[in-house]
Amino acid sequence: MDEIDRRIINTLQEGFPICDAPYQQVATQLGLTEQAFIDRLQTLLDNGILTRFGPLYHAELMGGALTLAAVKAPSERFAEITAIINAFPEVAHNYARNHALNMWFVIATETPEQIQQTITAIEQQTGLTVYNMPKINEYFVGLKLEA
Amino acid sequence: MLDARDRQLLELVQMGLPVCSKPYAEIGNTLAMPEFEVIERLTRLKQKGLIKRMGVIVKHHQLGYRANAMIVWSVPDNLVKQLGGHISQFAFVTLCYQRPRQTGWPYNLYCMIHGKDRATVLTQLDQLNAECGLAGFDREILFSLRCFKQRGAIYQRGSGFSREERG
Repeated sequence: MDEIDRRIINTLQEGFPICDAPYQQVATQLGLTEQAFIDRLQTLLDNGILTRFGPLYHAELMGGALTLAAVKAPSERFAEITAIINAFPEVAHNYARNHALNMWFVIATETPEQIQQTITAIEQQTGLTVYNMPKINEYFVGLKLEA
Repeated sequence: MLDARDRQLLELVQMGLPVCSKPYAEIGNTLAMPEFEVIERLTRLKQKGLIKRMGVIVKHHQLGYRANAMIVWSVPDNLVKQLGGHISQFAFVTLCYQRPRQTGWPYNLYCMIHGKDRATVLTQLDQLNAECGLAGFDREILFSLRCFKQRGAIYQRGSGFSREERG
């Protein structure tokens, strides 16, 4: 990854035009030819530096539901609890964190009702209390990582 | 709000935009929809906020962002909005939410900082505390130790979000 790749990543995190020749437009902005830009973007996708290039949807407006949840997994049961929780297709992300509440995961479902059903099922299978922390408000951020 | 053609379009385009000169024309070819209509519909969906943005999703680790901290504060309810608004102005803050307090978990304001290392994140947190006036509130810093699972939510026509596994 070189300086041009970094500029491509930083620019594309700002957005991408919806018009008839969007790659040409961004390439011009970057001082590249359209073909050079397309080739580099394809390489960044192929080698996994970028995971996806496309739209980011607003889950709740689409009718889906999301929440952030956490459990206190006892250390001796940590692997077992991880396996149980990750087996749920509704669990989108799962992170171990350095706290008594040591497992934090995002639940994404098609409907709001399914959030509670999933939490209940996780509590039944793990025997743990699931802390449910759905967002009340979101404060806008740019969501950009400098490459 | 969404018609059948919007749903077809959203389902197709989430797989990724074609990397070619006329991506919206190519999407249109698959759906038997003229390019101008693809552009018009996507523009409208973006204006309505269903598409938050077009662009790239980066792998934090690949860019050298190894430290991922969730910082939680317990702040007075009447200050959450003002403080959340202030925190979200900092470029290193990647997410900022108000969430409900729980029994044994009094925190109501959350933010995420992705940094190259923990020392950088802690320095940035000091800056937040000082500039937003957060130093006096109870808080905890939860660094991620391991990521067990990471996938995006998948939109499926007619049924909101499905939970199809991706990688």
